[in-house]
Amino acid sequence: MVPLSYYLLLSGILFTCGVVGFLIKRNIITIFMSIELMLNGVNLSFVAFAAHWHALAGQVFVFFVMVVAAAEAAVGLAIIIAVYRTRETLNVDQVNLLKL
Amino acid sequence: MPLPIHIFILVSVIKSLIILIVLLTAVAYTVWLERKVVGHMQNRWGPTRVGPFGLLQPAADGLKFFFKEDLTPPHVYKPLFIAAPMMAVIFALTSISVIPFGNGFTFGPITLPHYFPLIHFELPFHWGGSVIGPYSIPFQITDVNIGLLIILGVTSLGVYGVALAGWSSNNKYSLLGGLRSSAQMVSYEIALGLSLVGILIQSGSFSLREIVDAQGGHFLGFLPRWNIFHGQFIGFFIYLMAAYAETNRIPFDLPEAETELVAGYHTEYSSMKFAMFFMAEYANMITVACLATLLFFGGWHGPLFGPPLLQTVLPIFWFAVKIFCFLFLYIWVRGTLPRFRYDQLMSFGWKFLLPLAIANLVATAIAVAW
Amino acid sequence: MTLILFLAFGAVCVAGAVNLLAQRHPINSALSLIAVMAALAGEYLLLGAEFVAAVQVIVYAGAIMVLFVFVIMLLNAGEEELTKGSRVAILLGVPGVITGGLLTSWVVLRHSGTEAVPAGALPGPPAEIAQLLFHDFLLPFEVTSVLILIAILGAVVLASKPDEAERRFD
Repeated sequence: MVPLSYYLLLSGILFTCGVVGFLIKRNIITIFMSIELMLNGVNLSFVAFAAHWHALAGQVFVFFVMVVAAAEAAVGLAIIIAVYRTRETLNVDQVNLLKL
Repeated sequence: MPLPIHIFILVSVIKSLIILIVLLTAVAYTVWLERKVVGHMQNRWGPTRVGPFGLLQPAADGLKFFFKEDLTPPHVYKPLFIAAPMMAVIFALTSISVIPFGNGFTFGPITLPHYFPLIHFELPFHWGGSVIGPYSIPFQITDVNIGLLIILGVTSLGVYGVALAGWSSNNKYSLLGGLRSSAQMVSYEIALGLSLVGILIQSGSFSLREIVDAQGGHFLGFLPRWNIFHGQFIGFFIYLMAAYAETNRIPFDLPEAETELVAGYHTEYSSMKFAMFFMAEYANMITVACLATLLFFGGWHGPLFGPPLLQTVLPIFWFAVKIFCFLFLYIWVRGTLPRFRYDQLMSFGWKFLLPLAIANLVATAIAVAW
Repeated sequence: MTLILFLAFGAVCVAGAVNLLAQRHPINSALSLIAVMAALAGEYLLLGAEFVAAVQVIVYAGAIMVLFVFVIMLLNAGEEELTKGSRVAILLGVPGVITGGLLTSWVVLRHSGTEAVPAGALPGPPAEIAQLLFHDFLLPFEVTSVLILIAILGAVVLASKPDEAERRFD
């Protein structure tokens, strides 16, 4: 039997890795992937609590999180492509001028 | 009687081995069938020399692949170069695990005789004199409630084998082929999934066995209650076209076209790795044929007659006949149609097939809700 | 048995997450993230959420990550360049993260209840989830479909080349 706190701990570890990746990485695509990692950690939390409290609404909410993640990934990657076209770089440190 | 855990593991391992061996042989002989049929359509013989009717040709091809030099060019990204064909094959062969082939049989009660002196003592389960069974063993490796979703998931994962092969080859033809192929596969996955939702609405379950069971019986007197006659006619054609695009077959095979892109995403592959891509493509074809049979053509339903042993085996025979028809259809289309240009392919998928699939879904939902 | 499976999947998750941070080439990070998502699908199965696990594989690992891999291939992303890291940040940061992490884990493991979540605790068959989704959560469902529509429009406009956009309005 797995205590609930183990699931929450795993979810916290994933979220923390996502935050750390968001802060220390310089490639914009990797930053985006860290955001997806954070969302996945949150999803695990939702499903664990849904199982704990026997409330199926937790699993339904996971769908909404996934939909939002998908929409955000699509638009974010389109922005990345647009930025790459003008700046020719994927390094966030070099995208620091408002005017090209 | 539910299976005890040791019998369950033993039975599952035996089933997996049998189905895997049969599947790999089927893949090899699908290649033979394709060469023969396309050959006859082009007014030539196809393989005839190796064995009667060229039936040993797949064995000869396999030997050739073993002995060919497995060349890894120096400029590729090695980990992904080696992993990509393995991924393609693994995902192609995994989806066979939820496909039911027939009804199943009952492993009747067997009483073990008493003269097993070696195992009569100090075992957790006494075998001498005890009764095994009756266990009912279905002809399916595992019957999951979400079987259809598993197949869709494994199909989605199969895109990686192609995309990573194209990228890791470090070669502009492979990269273009890989990009085009993954874009094509992702686009047609949507139409594929939506065409299957119509079936789900009619059958009310994701489990493949229950979908087939819902197609038993007859309606209108003589027509069997297969989903293609019972309302999913357009859904069948949407599924067929989307599946042809998913498996990268003519008319949708621009990503691996020999005349266009050298060889697309498997340009740099030779010998065993190329054989793995080949196997993955034909295994995907067989999975698509299995799914089409199960979802639209009633699976293993067919005329049953004879003694009980024959009645257990006959559903598998009908299933195999229907799959053979689908493979023949695949090969027939391959021999006949020219291939689409890439922009025609993408606009067909997004602008025609997707709205048609949504319309089919809405029509099915309204029909069922009444 | 459940604990062993949980630890196995959890180890893959954590290893994948750490590998995502450690790798310099984005394609390796993307592959580690795919491994994390697959292991998370296994965790959802342990909790009995079968439909969510299947959707996680189909949507997240099979579509969103394909999009990421596609963009990495398209833009030909190379390895990250190493910039000058601040030594103070590493000296203070790494022990700080480890201490904070250990403290939080200790509090979570000690003070939250030891009620175990049995395997398959809340079976989530698609029928019941659909019941909730289309009755109680109908408004969020419709709003998310509008959101997806807006995202599609936005992505198509943003990713198209500028001269094509001008020609479209002729």
